[in-house]
Amino acid sequence: MMSAGVELDRIEKTYGATTTLRAATLDVKPGEFMTLVGPSGCGKSTLLRIIAGLLPQTSGEVHIDGASIDHLPPRERDIAMVFQSYALYPHMSVAENVATPLKVRRLSRMARLPALGRLLPGQARTRREITDEVRRVADLVEIGPLLERKPAALSGGQRQRVALARAIIRDPRVFLMDEPLSNLDARLRVTMRAEITALHRRLGATFIYVTHDQTEAMTMSSRVAVMMDGTIIQCSTPQGLYEAPEDLRVARFIGSPEINVVASDTVAGWEGGNTRLGQLLQRPLHIAFRPEAVRLSAESAAQTDMLHLSCHIERTERLGHDVLLFLRVLADGAGVTARIPAADFARLDAPGGVLTASLHPADLLAFGPDGKRVALPGLAAATNRGLSHVG
Amino acid sequence: MSVETTGAPRAFALPLRRKRLGAELPGWIAYALAAPSMILLCLLMLLPIAVMLVMSLTNYRFGDLSYAFIGVENYLDLADDRTFWRALSNTFVYVAIVVPGSVALGLALAVMTTGLRRGRKIYQMIFFLPVTATVVAMATVWKYLLHGTIGPFNLVLQSLGLPAIDFFSDPDLALTGLAIINIWSLAGFNMVLFAAGLTAIPSELYDAAEVDGLSEPLDRFFSVTLPLLGPTTLFVIVTSTITAFKVFDTVAVITRGGPRGSTDVLLYTTYLEGFSYFRMGSAAAMTVVFLAIIMVFALLQTWVLDKKVHY
Repeated sequence: MMSAGVELDRIEKTYGATTTLRAATLDVKPGEFMTLVGPSGCGKSTLLRIIAGLLPQTSGEVHIDGASIDHLPPRERDIAMVFQSYALYPHMSVAENVATPLKVRRLSRMARLPALGRLLPGQARTRREITDEVRRVADLVEIGPLLERKPAALSGGQRQRVALARAIIRDPRVFLMDEPLSNLDARLRVTMRAEITALHRRLGATFIYVTHDQTEAMTMSSRVAVMMDGTIIQCSTPQGLYEAPEDLRVARFIGSPEINVVASDTVAGWEGGNTRLGQLLQRPLHIAFRPEAVRLSAESAAQTDMLHLSCHIERTERLGHDVLLFLRVLADGAGVTARIPAADFARLDAPGGVLTASLHPADLLAFGPDGKRVALPGLAAATNRGLSHVG
Repeated sequence: MSVETTGAPRAFALPLRRKRLGAELPGWIAYALAAPSMILLCLLMLLPIAVMLVMSLTNYRFGDLSYAFIGVENYLDLADDRTFWRALSNTFVYVAIVVPGSVALGLALAVMTTGLRRGRKIYQMIFFLPVTATVVAMATVWKYLLHGTIGPFNLVLQSLGLPAIDFFSDPDLALTGLAIINIWSLAGFNMVLFAAGLTAIPSELYDAAEVDGLSEPLDRFFSVTLPLLGPTTLFVIVTSTITAFKVFDTVAVITRGGPRGSTDVLLYTTYLEGFSYFRMGSAAAMTVVFLAIIMVFALLQTWVLDKKVHY
């Protein structure tokens, strides 16, 4: 397996007056599991189809291993693609489906004719090789016993395995996957997530994976590229995206429940914090903090470097090992979501539903009016705890 | 999880009841509600066929006041009737020309018009027009178009220095001429059916074929389009076969079975037998044969081919 790097250089795609991709630039390293994630309509599938060669871009270049592939049709790009609907040929058995990419490449057009083609001389050896390959790949994705069946007789998960086998058998330089799990039920999706990750490790190939599901993106990928409005706004490791989002939209998209966002003048009115924080908050900023950064206690705490807010509990959601609390700050009416372990919640005593929420300034992320991350100098130096208790 | 704690034998278990919504109705209401359509079905469909079956066993002549049962004599007569056998074989030849012609042309038109970026609707409408035209009127037009001396078709041939072809007075060509007219009128209908089938093919399948290397138009057609049109094709073949078997109007208007019986087809012979020679018993026997042939085709195609084209 030769894995290859893929570079996207300022890809643009316009349909008449509408622009679906604007200057999408991305550098996928060889052997990497790169996920393109974003809300529907952000252009991630369009970008994947451009890499596959199924759609021409308006401008920009696609390189594989440094060489431009824009002039190549899909079959010569040495890529394989897995589709959301599996896109299996319904009239062919599983074995024939998996063998198709090899047959197209190794057998002449005449030899591929149904029934008649087998009579041509000099191809028995090639056919045997193909059959062996099919069996090997089928065992790899555990569809060995299903080879003689038609796709209609398979479950969704089995069909997706067949689609994977059809991609693997080509031994391509790059695998493209377009929401391959979104037609599966929730349980199966979790298993297939693990299997695709394992497959990536075993094959060592470059994977470019498109999904709208942030859980898939966070759990499977080496790196994640977040797409919004036709462009890639941040590309980083899953942990990097969570802890250091560079754009407010990324901060909001990654993480469930959604990150808390309040205006800086609201935060400035909150009790506590040091004077430096107070100065920084003079500028109009969006201040964001993860729900798990919020500490809760019944009595007003004494720690002076923390921000303290008196809140009442509007609603709670129990998630099993965690509890979500939807709080309303008494002073200014700002909404704050907190996430605490269920055990802590049981110990929490909130008379009349009122309690004190505390925030460490180091847990605050600041974003400018344009949504771009703004460093709050001095705050990060105050402590380097970061968000060590994520999860 | 077992809930059978008593270990009661299964034989005593209550039979499964059908799921019902709301109050259960007494059975007779269901029959009462179905009665009007069942009565109509019997009166309009089954009774005429039954009458015909009975008539085929009699010597009834049109206008006679009495008749006698003569058993299968009508059928035995048919077996010896050279006109009947000629009509039968003519009909089969006719079907063998019309069905492949109209199915292939319909498929070609559907694939070509569906691929159009603009004007798809207008082209499909134009190709569909012959279906809406009255066959008798169009037959008259075609008779003129293909006429041996004054027809524009032959004038074109002659101006190119080619010999004229007189379709409807040449016994070897008359049936082909009629078949061309039927292909022309049937292809538009088949095109619409194929076009509907084409829209049901998921576009991701074409993408997959492209990535797999099946990128040439012919490869795409034979590996995706044609196999996925299987169910549509079966349906189109069945309807076209039945339509072609029922050929009558063009024969009656243009050739009247001639020249020298070369366009004598089953329904036309039956019509002559019943309404020109008034031998209703014999005509009924021919109709029974006709129905039997249609039925064999329908059953053959739905039972045998159905399994191979549905995925």
